[in-house]
Amino acid sequence: MTRGQGESLWADARRRLLQNRAAVLGLCVTGALLVAAALTPWISPYAYDEQDLNLGASPPTRAHLFGTDSLGRDLLTRMLYGSRISLVVGLLATLVSMIIGITYGAVSGYLGGRWDAVMMRLVDILYSLPFIFFVIILMVYFGRNIVNLFVALGCVQWLTTARIVRGQVLTLKQKEFVEAAVAMGVSTPGIVFRHLVPNVLGPIIVYATLTVPAVMLEEAFLSFLGLGVQPPNCSWGILIAEGVKHMELESWLILFPGFFLSLTLFSLNFLGDGLRDALDPKYRAD
Amino acid sequence: MAAYALKRLVGAVPVLWIVATLTFFMIRLAPGGPFDQDKSLPPDILKNIEAKYHLDEPLGAQYLRYMGSLLVLDLGPSFKYANRTVNEIIAAAFPVSLELAFWAILVALTLGIGAGIIAALYPATWKDHGVMSLAMVGVCTPNFVLGPLLVLVFSLTTGWLPVAGWETAQDRILPALTLGAIYAAYIARLTRGGMMEVLRQDYIRTARAKGLPERVVILRHALRGGILPTVSFLGPAIAGIATGSLVIELIFDIPGLGRFFVQSALNRDYTMVMGTALFYAVFILAMNILVDIAYAWLDPRVRYD
Amino acid sequence: MACCCLAALALVWAACGGRAPAGGPARPVLHLGNGAEPKDLDPAIVTGMLEFHILQALLEGLTGLDPATLQPIPAAAEGWEVSKDRRTYTFHLRKVARWSNGDPVTADDFVYSWTRLLAPATAAEYAYQAHYIKNGRAYNEGKLKDPAALGLSAPDSHTLVVELESPTPFFLSLLNHHALYPVHRRAVEAHGTRWTRPENYVGNGPFKLKEWEMNSVIAVERSPTYWDAAVVKLDEIRFYPIEDEATEEKQFRAGKIHVTNTVPLERIPYWREQTDVYSAFPSFGTYYYELNVTRGPQKDKRVRRALAMSIDRTALVEKVLRGGQMPAYAFTPPATAGFTPSAGLRYDTEEARRLLAAAGYPGGKGFPKLDILYNTMEGHRKVAETLQQMWKRELGIEVGLYNQEWKVFLDTKRKLDYDIGRAGWWGDYPDPNTFLDMYVTNGGNNHTGWSNAEYDDLVRKASQAATQEERYRYFQRCEEILAEEAPIMPWYIYTHPFLKRPEVGGWVLNVMDVRLYKHMWLGAAQ
Repeated sequence: MTRGQGESLWADARRRLLQNRAAVLGLCVTGALLVAAALTPWISPYAYDEQDLNLGASPPTRAHLFGTDSLGRDLLTRMLYGSRISLVVGLLATLVSMIIGITYGAVSGYLGGRWDAVMMRLVDILYSLPFIFFVIILMVYFGRNIVNLFVALGCVQWLTTARIVRGQVLTLKQKEFVEAAVAMGVSTPGIVFRHLVPNVLGPIIVYATLTVPAVMLEEAFLSFLGLGVQPPNCSWGILIAEGVKHMELESWLILFPGFFLSLTLFSLNFLGDGLRDALDPKYRAD
Repeated sequence: MAAYALKRLVGAVPVLWIVATLTFFMIRLAPGGPFDQDKSLPPDILKNIEAKYHLDEPLGAQYLRYMGSLLVLDLGPSFKYANRTVNEIIAAAFPVSLELAFWAILVALTLGIGAGIIAALYPATWKDHGVMSLAMVGVCTPNFVLGPLLVLVFSLTTGWLPVAGWETAQDRILPALTLGAIYAAYIARLTRGGMMEVLRQDYIRTARAKGLPERVVILRHALRGGILPTVSFLGPAIAGIATGSLVIELIFDIPGLGRFFVQSALNRDYTMVMGTALFYAVFILAMNILVDIAYAWLDPRVRYD
Repeated sequence: MACCCLAALALVWAACGGRAPAGGPARPVLHLGNGAEPKDLDPAIVTGMLEFHILQALLEGLTGLDPATLQPIPAAAEGWEVSKDRRTYTFHLRKVARWSNGDPVTADDFVYSWTRLLAPATAAEYAYQAHYIKNGRAYNEGKLKDPAALGLSAPDSHTLVVELESPTPFFLSLLNHHALYPVHRRAVEAHGTRWTRPENYVGNGPFKLKEWEMNSVIAVERSPTYWDAAVVKLDEIRFYPIEDEATEEKQFRAGKIHVTNTVPLERIPYWREQTDVYSAFPSFGTYYYELNVTRGPQKDKRVRRALAMSIDRTALVEKVLRGGQMPAYAFTPPATAGFTPSAGLRYDTEEARRLLAAAGYPGGKGFPKLDILYNTMEGHRKVAETLQQMWKRELGIEVGLYNQEWKVFLDTKRKLDYDIGRAGWWGDYPDPNTFLDMYVTNGGNNHTGWSNAEYDDLVRKASQAATQEERYRYFQRCEEILAEEAPIMPWYIYTHPFLKRPEVGGWVLNVMDVRLYKHMWLGAAQ
C-alpha cells in the first residue's frame, strides 16, 4: 500500500462521502440547523425574553408552534437562540478537545516507554483534580466569558480521547507499515501524523460524535456554576434539564428540545460514519 | 506481570502526591469557606470554629499537617458531617457505588458488546441501523431524562418496580439501566467499529477459509481484537461509573459516594473534597493498571514497557 | 432487543419478588421526607431546619412552643418565675422527667449543656443564642475563662436560675431553639463527637434514636422513660433524607412516605388541586433583594424606591410562583408575635417612574446596566427573569442576570461586589427583632453598606424597652425607615408547601415548623 498521496486520497474520500446517502442526509440536516442558528435573530417569531405571564405554560398552538414555558415565553424562539450556543459549543469544543487528545495520545503512544509513562500520569492527575474547583477558579479569576467556557469544556473532554488514541497507537506502531516508515527514515512527526493518526481516525470519529451531546449537556452544568450562558438566554442543555421536571404536566417542554438534540446527534452520527468510511484507506476495496 | 504491576503501583505514589498538593491549594483558592452560610457567623464564633479545625494556622502548616495524617491514611474529620470522619464516610458509601457500578457495567457490556457484534456482522442492513439507532438514542438521552422516564413507566404507571431506594434487589434494576445505558451505547459503537476493522483482517479470512464455524470465528478470534477499543474505554468508564453516578444517586436516592464529589465541593468541605479526590485518583490509577494489563493480554504485540 | 429481555426479566422479578407489603400489622410508624442528610444530631452543633425536625423528637427544652399559637408552654420545666426586673428566670424542672437511659433530668444538666454550648472549644455556630445569659458572650469569646461566672445556677437538682444580660422579652420562646436543648453529660464526655450515634445517644424527648444510616434513614422510636410517654401514640418515626425534590414527590405518590419536606415548584399547579394532601403555609421568612448602596445609581434612594415600587408582587406570586406566597411590602412578616408592619413600599408604577425621572433617568434614559446577582436555583432564576421584564416594561431600564454557585455568591455579597442581590431571611424566634436587628450599621448580615443612625438607635432602644407596646412602636418606626430608604426590596413571604396524607393526625401547621410529635397519630382514630 502506498500512502501520503494527499490529493487523490482526499478527492477519493469526498467522492465516496457524497455517494453515501445517509451521510449526505446527515450533512444536510446539520447544515440546515447551523443555518437556522445563524439566522435566528431574523427568523425567530418572538423576542427571546418576551414574557406573557397571563399565558403561562401552554401547549403548542398556531401562535406558538412549540408551546410556551411557565413564564409564557415562546419555546421555538428559545430553542432557536439556544441552538446558537449549543451547536457552537458542542461542535467547537469537541473539535478542540479532539485535536488536543489525538495529538497527545498519538505522541504518547508512539514514543512509549518513559515518555508515555510521564504523559499518561499527567492525564491521570488531571482526571483526578476536582473539576468544580477548576471551573470556579477559572470563573472567579478570569471572568465568565465564552472562551473560558471552551477552556473548561475542552479540558475535561480531551483526556479520554488521549487515552483511547494512545491505546490504538500502541497496537498500530507494531505493524509493518510503521516499521517500514521508520526504516525509510521518516521523521517522528511524519510517522505520527501521516501514518498513525489517519489509522485511528475511525474510532475517534465515532467517539467524537458521541462527545458532542456530552459537551452540550456539560454546558448546562457549567451554567449551574455560573459559567456558560446567562438567562434569560438559554441553551438546549438548560432547556432539557428544565424540561425534564415538566415531563408529566407540560411534556412539550421536554419533547421538542429532546427531539432536536437527538436529530442533531443522528445527523452528526451518520455524517461521522460516512466520514470514517470515506477516510478509511482499507475501505477502498469495498 | 507481577513485577510490572508493582512497578506501576510504585509509580502511582508521586502521582497521588501531586494530586493531593494541587487539590489542596486549588480548593483554598476558590472563594467561600466551609462555614459560610446564609446567616453570617459572629466573628468570634467563627474564630472558635476555625481553631477547632486548625483553619487558623498558616496554609503551609495546614498542608504539612494534612500530609502528615495522610501518611497514616487518616483523611481527617468531615467539616459538614460533624460527627463523621472522611474515612468512615467513604467506607460506608463506596461499596454502594461499587455495587451500582458493577450492575451498570454488566448492563453496559452485555447490551453494548451484543449490539456491536450484531451491527458489525450485518453492516448496512436494517439490523445494523436498528441496533445502532437504539444506541444513538441511548447516547443522546441524558441520564437525568432517562431515569425519571423509566420511573414514570415502570414505577408510577405500572407499579412494577420501586420508585427509589437501595434495599431490595428490585431497587437495583432501574438505576443500573439508567447508568449503564449511555455506556452501553458507547460500547456498542466502539465494538462495531472495532469488529468491522478486525473482520477485514487476514487472520479472520484464514479462520473462515479453514472452515471454522462462524460462531467460533466471531467469539474466539474476532471478538478478542474487536473489543480492544472497548477495553481502553473501559478504564475511564469504570472509574466514571463508580464515582460519577451523582445524578443517578440523587434520582434514585442511593446512599453512594458519587453525590459527595459534587456536594463536598459545593459545601467547601475541604477534607471531604481532598478525600474523595484522592480516593478517585487511587481508583483511576488502579483501573488503568488493570486495563493496561488486560490490553497486553488481549493483544500480545503490546509489551509491558 | 437486549433491552426487551431486560425489561422482561424485570417483569418476572417484580412478579415473583413482589413489593414490600403495603399493609402489614398496624404499627403506627410515621414516614417523613426530610430533605437532606443532617449535619449531626448534636443540638449545639446543628444549624438547620431539617436537623430541628429530628431533634424535636429526641430532645425537649425547658419550654416548648404551642404549635397553634407559638406561645411558650411548659416542657422539661413545669413552671417558672420571672423577677421584677425581668433579668432573672427561675425554672422548676419536672421531678418525673427522665433521660432515655433512665437518669433523672436535672438542673445541672442544663447548666452543663449551656456551658458546653458557650465553651469556645465546642465551636457552636448557634452559641449566640446563649449570649443573652449573663457573661455568656464574654465566655464564648474567650474573654472570660471561668464558667462559674455565667448567670447559671442550680440551687437544687430541680431548680434552675438563669440571669440575663438584659431583659430579653423573647427569652421563653428562645428556649425551644435546638441550641438550648439539653445534652446528657456522661454520654457526651464518654463518646466525644460520637455521642450522637444510635448506640450512644441519650435524649430526654418523647422518642429515642434507633437507627441512623447516612443518606438513607434516621429512625426514632417511642421512649418509655419519657415523662409524658402515655400520650405518645406513634411507635416510630422514620426520617428519609431524600435530596431530590422530584424523587421525594414520587416516593409520596408510591405511598412510601406520609409527609414530604417540600413540593417541586413545577408540580405545584397539579398538587394545589389535591386539597386533601396539599398544604402551603406561610413560613416565617421573607424573600427580598438587597441593594448595594455604596455604588452606582442605587446610591440614590429615589432610584431604590423606584425599583422597589415598580414590581407587581401580586403577579409575581400568582402567575410565576403559584405556591400561595404572600406579596410582601415590608420586611417583617405580618402577625409576627402580634406585630404587623404598618409602613411599606406600595406598588405604584406612576410614582416609580416619577422618582426615577427625579433621580435623573427619565424613562430609564442613561440608566447604567445593573446586574441581579442570585445563587443558582431555578426558582431564583424565574423570579429574576420576571423582575427583569417588569423593570424593562415599567421603567425602561435594562438589568442583567448573574448567577453564582452558593458559596461564591455569599462571598461576592459579603465583599459588596454586586448591584442588586437576592436574599432570604428566616426568623430564629417569633419576634420582629430577629428580622429588624439585621440592618443595623455594619451588622454581620447587612450586606448593603446601608447605615442609618436613627435605625441603629431604635433597635437598641427596643432591646431595653419596658413594655411590648413600646418595643413594637420602635419596630414600626424601623419599618418606616426601611420603606423610606429602601436598602432592601421585599417581594414575598415564603410559603412552605408540602404534601401530607390525610391519615396523619395532630399535625398543626405553624410558621416556625414547630412539630409536637407526641400528639400526632396515624389513622382515623381519635
